Amino acid sequence: MTAPVLRVKDLRVHFFLDEGLVRAVDGVSFDVRPGQVVGIVGESGCGKSVTMKAILQIVEPPGRIVGGQILFQKDSAPVDLTRLSPKGAELRAIRGAEIALIPQEPMAAFSPVHSVGEQIIEALRLHERQWRPSGPRLSRTEARSMTVDLFRSVGISMPDARVDAYSWQLSGGLRQRAMIAMALSCRPRLLIADEPTTAIDVTTQAQILNLLRDLQRRHGTAIVFITHDLGVIAQMAHYVVVMYLGRVMEQGPVEQIFHAPKHPYTRALLKSIPSVNVAPRTLLPTIAGSIPHPLGRPRGCPFHPRCPDAMPGVCSERVPALGPVGPDQLASCFLYHQDEAIEP
Amino acid sequence: MTRYVLRRLVLLPALLFLFSVTVFAIVQAPPGDFLTTYVATLASSGSSISAEQVEALRREYGLDRPIWIQYLKWMENLAKGNLGLSLEYQRPNAELIGERLVLTMVLALLSFVFTWIVAIPAGIYSAMHPRSVVDYLLTVVNYVGVATPNFMLALILMWGAFAFFGMSVTGLFSPDFVDAPWSVARVLDLLEHVWLPAVVLGVAGTARLTRVMRANLLDELNKPYVTTARAKGLPEWRLVVRYPARLALNPLVSTIGWYLPALFSGSLIVATVMNLPNIGPLLLRALINQDMYLAGSILLIYCFLTIVGTLVSDILLAWLDPRIRLEER
Amino acid sequence: MSVLAPAVPVTAEDRVSVASNWQLVWWRFRKHRLALASALVLLLLYVVVLCPDFFSTQDPEATEARLAFIPIQRLHVFDGWRPAPWVPDVVGKRNPTTLRMEWRVDESRKIPVRFFVTGYSYRVLGVIPTRIHLVGAAPTDGRERLHLLGTDRLGRDQWTRLAHGTRTSMTIGLTAVTFSIVLGVLLGGISGYFGGPADAVIQRLIELLQSLPTIPIWLALTAALPRDWSPQQVFFAITVILSLVGWTTLGREVRGRFLALREEDFVLAAELAGASQGRIIVRHMVPTFLSHIIATSTLAIPAMIINETSLSFLGLGIRPPAISWGVLLQEAQNIQTVALAPWLLVPGAVVILSVLAFNLVGDGLRDAADPYSQ
Repeated sequence: MTAPVLRVKDLRVHFFLDEGLVRAVDGVSFDVRPGQVVGIVGESGCGKSVTMKAILQIVEPPGRIVGGQILFQKDSAPVDLTRLSPKGAELRAIRGAEIALIPQEPMAAFSPVHSVGEQIIEALRLHERQWRPSGPRLSRTEARSMTVDLFRSVGISMPDARVDAYSWQLSGGLRQRAMIAMALSCRPRLLIADEPTTAIDVTTQAQILNLLRDLQRRHGTAIVFITHDLGVIAQMAHYVVVMYLGRVMEQGPVEQIFHAPKHPYTRALLKSIPSVNVAPRTLLPTIAGSIPHPLGRPRGCPFHPRCPDAMPGVCSERVPALGPVGPDQLASCFLYHQDEAIEP
Repeated sequence: MTRYVLRRLVLLPALLFLFSVTVFAIVQAPPGDFLTTYVATLASSGSSISAEQVEALRREYGLDRPIWIQYLKWMENLAKGNLGLSLEYQRPNAELIGERLVLTMVLALLSFVFTWIVAIPAGIYSAMHPRSVVDYLLTVVNYVGVATPNFMLALILMWGAFAFFGMSVTGLFSPDFVDAPWSVARVLDLLEHVWLPAVVLGVAGTARLTRVMRANLLDELNKPYVTTARAKGLPEWRLVVRYPARLALNPLVSTIGWYLPALFSGSLIVATVMNLPNIGPLLLRALINQDMYLAGSILLIYCFLTIVGTLVSDILLAWLDPRIRLEER
Repeated sequence: MSVLAPAVPVTAEDRVSVASNWQLVWWRFRKHRLALASALVLLLLYVVVLCPDFFSTQDPEATEARLAFIPIQRLHVFDGWRPAPWVPDVVGKRNPTTLRMEWRVDESRKIPVRFFVTGYSYRVLGVIPTRIHLVGAAPTDGRERLHLLGTDRLGRDQWTRLAHGTRTSMTIGLTAVTFSIVLGVLLGGISGYFGGPADAVIQRLIELLQSLPTIPIWLALTAALPRDWSPQQVFFAITVILSLVGWTTLGREVRGRFLALREEDFVLAAELAGASQGRIIVRHMVPTFLSHIIATSTLAIPAMIINETSLSFLGLGIRPPAISWGVLLQEAQNIQTVALAPWLLVPGAVVILSVLAFNLVGDGLRDAADPYSQ
């Protein structure tokens, strides 16, 4: 069993606002193995984006990592990313070259006054010594032809012309492909995809997902895939982490999560997917209530006010820890065990 | 975009014509004319002039003709490149304006350079470290700088220099060099004296520019492309300068064209206070004395500079921002 | 088992509070402590504007060459530890060479100062006659000099003149901006709402006016004012001149807003509901940017104040015997004079203070009026 590319252990990210403390990420742990896709799923505000930012150490103030470890397998020994200075050279060498980001809105994520090719060449040049440890320095022409090849490999037609285009001149699908090209340019071992299909239409979405799967198989890149769309998770992920209000509700292999969900939240999420098989005019199930304000987190289990199986006196008083509920499957629910979470 | 520029260029002479009429009307508006003031000045200093002599002068200067003929004569001369004769100094206007114009431009340019060299880095630093001690200090300095009229600043600095150092910081040259021909030594002397007026002129602009740069940059720093760049592994300063700062600068560059004419006009008051050989004080005297060709010519020059400046800034903005430049395609 | 949403009980937090837009603006403004403090300063200044004579200690026009360049007699609040306000007396000596009186402050001789004293008579707001002044020397033998800010070369009390100058300068700023607003909203509104030929003409006019170099044109216009006009006429003329170019920026903004608003759905809805054009403009469109207009206009006042001060300083604006901050600063044009009597620069400090206050209040208003900030 090869060592995991990334091990997140008990990560805690808190935001110190004037109005109070927001525990955006409160004890999240998961492993990412080489070549594996880990999907982080949850509603808005559950902390999945912050987790992603924490991995890259780009959490904006007033947010801060207050606990836990993020172990990245570098060469032969793991490096704790939380111990590295966010502006330091070591972390910057990892960013882009070993861990790359596919951000959420490709339109806004590209600079509007530089061509897309320029921005990719910049990444290539920045990490040149990492993906090409020896040999002559990259020349402009070589960089450009590499970019053209990259574009071709992600399925952008007329790559030579598109290299000089500006992001706002490209369609949504092309932009997203260009973004993927930029992320892959330095052959990272880990890709973080932050809702890559949210901003595009369904047909393009299918193409992009196929592309990602294909690239992943070809290069053996591990992916952390963040989304709120369960359908996408089902297609892409090998392992699923379900988050709610900063805590993990359930995590496990994708087949088990989808076919044998244990946590009431996971169950509710799955039930709320519109299905073709249900008889017409059936009321679409929803989850009762709404997500509480981040500053008004309920006492005890964060989900209990909306949980149909909540046990009064138990779920409203104590916070459940993540415990095993199946082979390689974990859930934090008092229905399955009585372990409490330890608040540091 | 070229169409837009060409249209503006074509309109330029029409605009100038319109302005020339306006300017001439304003200059001629006060009752009486140059000779009225001249006679009054003579009277107050003791000498006098006979009525026939006044009439003769009037005919000689063409002041007895109707206004529109005077205007036409002015236009006729302008078309020939002749700015006319100053009634007070009895010298060609071009001569009077010439050197002062150069000095005015030098002052304005230096002030401009000072402003941008100080304000942009200060604005970037402020935005990158919001709410830090340096940021608060800069904010206070900025607010006070904007609130201080530039002549007030000039007065305070001059008084300070005089009261505490015994220095007299007026004029742009030391007494030896005032009327001397141009030489390297004269240029050096100029540089020695010009920095204070340049700073005084630039302070308000610097303060304003820093604040705007800071605000713009703060807006840009929240945008997703900054996160992407950081996630790529770019060092902080480099990514700030290359991406958000570049975008934050765009709207500022469009103000450059406004800024230069404003510096010309603004230098007027400072020049009067600090006794600088600018076209500003010259205009002031010409207006008060109704030296109409001189005043008219200077005003027209100001108008021309303003129009050109606006055009330059529009061109600059379009050139810098590919979104505007490529819209035409 | 389905998870259908049960009826959600209405809790205390869910009850929606309704506040008018102005209340919201005021609440947001209140949070800016600096802006609040500045607003207080401005309020104080405008109190002086309403009744400068109340704050004066001497007749503003009283000149006495003998009393030239008396230095500042600083107000001390405590005499020892007794709360008894006093100012030091001044002692004069005739300089044997220049034959001019030279004054210096003598801290050993104390002149007691009282509040709400009787002084020269005046009318509050031109109507109510009274003789009460805020501060004055407690009369003992009538020779006491009270010059809280010294005197100028003609022996005129600077404190008094500052109070009167405040009235002129602050008023000009306000009226000029008001004119600008009226012109800007009117012309900008017509241009933006009705479009067509009116729009084209007004647009060209705005472009024309904005292409003019402001300060030189102002100089030219003010120099054109006849020398024999009364101070009131000059005041009015200066106001008009200052606002003539100032309205263009506002006009452009208003036009832009009207153009954009015309296409908005809520305007269409109002039209479909049968509202008249006037009603739509006044009740629906204008309120959306009224707070913005007020905020930007507040920021325009300090510019007007600086402009008037600069013009008067050059001798082309408000003319003596009328008093404004610029006129007061004219006395400070000569560096030798200033070195002799640095207190002549105090009006400049007041200019800076008022402009600063206006800027802070304007910034606060602008942030408070913007519904998207925070």
